[in-house]
Amino acid sequence: MLLVQFLLLSSVLFCIGVYGVLARKNGVMVLMSIELILNAVNINLVAFGTMTNNIAGEVFALFVIAIAAAEVGVGLAIVLLIFRNRNSVDLSSMDSMKG
Amino acid sequence: MVAQNVFFGIMALVMICSALKVVSTKNVVHAALWLVVLLAGVAGQFLLLGAEFVGVTQILVYIGAVVVLLLFGVMLTKASLGEEADLNMPNRALPAVIAALMFGVMTYALIDTFRDTELPRESVTTTAMVSDSIFSDYIVPFEAVSVLLLAALIGAVVVARKE
Repeated sequence: MLLVQFLLLSSVLFCIGVYGVLARKNGVMVLMSIELILNAVNINLVAFGTMTNNIAGEVFALFVIAIAAAEVGVGLAIVLLIFRNRNSVDLSSMDSMKG
Repeated sequence: MVAQNVFFGIMALVMICSALKVVSTKNVVHAALWLVVLLAGVAGQFLLLGAEFVGVTQILVYIGAVVVLLLFGVMLTKASLGEEADLNMPNRALPAVIAALMFGVMTYALIDTFRDTELPRESVTTTAMVSDSIFSDYIVPFEAVSVLLLAALIGAVVVARKE
């Protein structure tokens, strides 16, 4: 197996995730796209760890998984709070701090 | 080697299709279910790379916990379970252009740098090796992550509870 095939797969996933973050209006959908981005990073970490025969890649992938779990918990709490205050999770209507 | 490449190709195709579905479907619940397919594909790639513990953790944490949490979010924000008209920003061409540009730059850089780098043939890392590494070299980051998880837990409860 070539290293570059894993890296290209992860860059495809990363770019799709970036598109999702920018193009989606629903708060929960944006969180899903962020999960896409984090998974792309994890594939990269594990692939480079395998290439250099170094366990650090996998250990840091595990750390990223833990951080992602924390991030989605806090993110959903924020989305719920927004929903409770404004009765919608439409991100394009949240422009009260726009100059 | 050939069998691995075939499996890689099949999984990569399924993953890219489901990722596109996640960012394009009009149904929030369907997006979460396509995310399950994608995350299972990522776990398969980890197994292909010989990272068994990361692959199993991916299934346990992502498919078991994160997707369920996202589905809870979908239910609690009263998204309709059918199709929704306004899930997307009005101007979607600009994000598509940005993503395509980023992909172009990254593809060029990656192919230019790692064109012929082969992965080692036999490189399975067992769970014992991972745990040895976490509990010796990386014990301080590990403890920091546990404190961070506690902080995120308390923070989520504080933010989301009713007054």
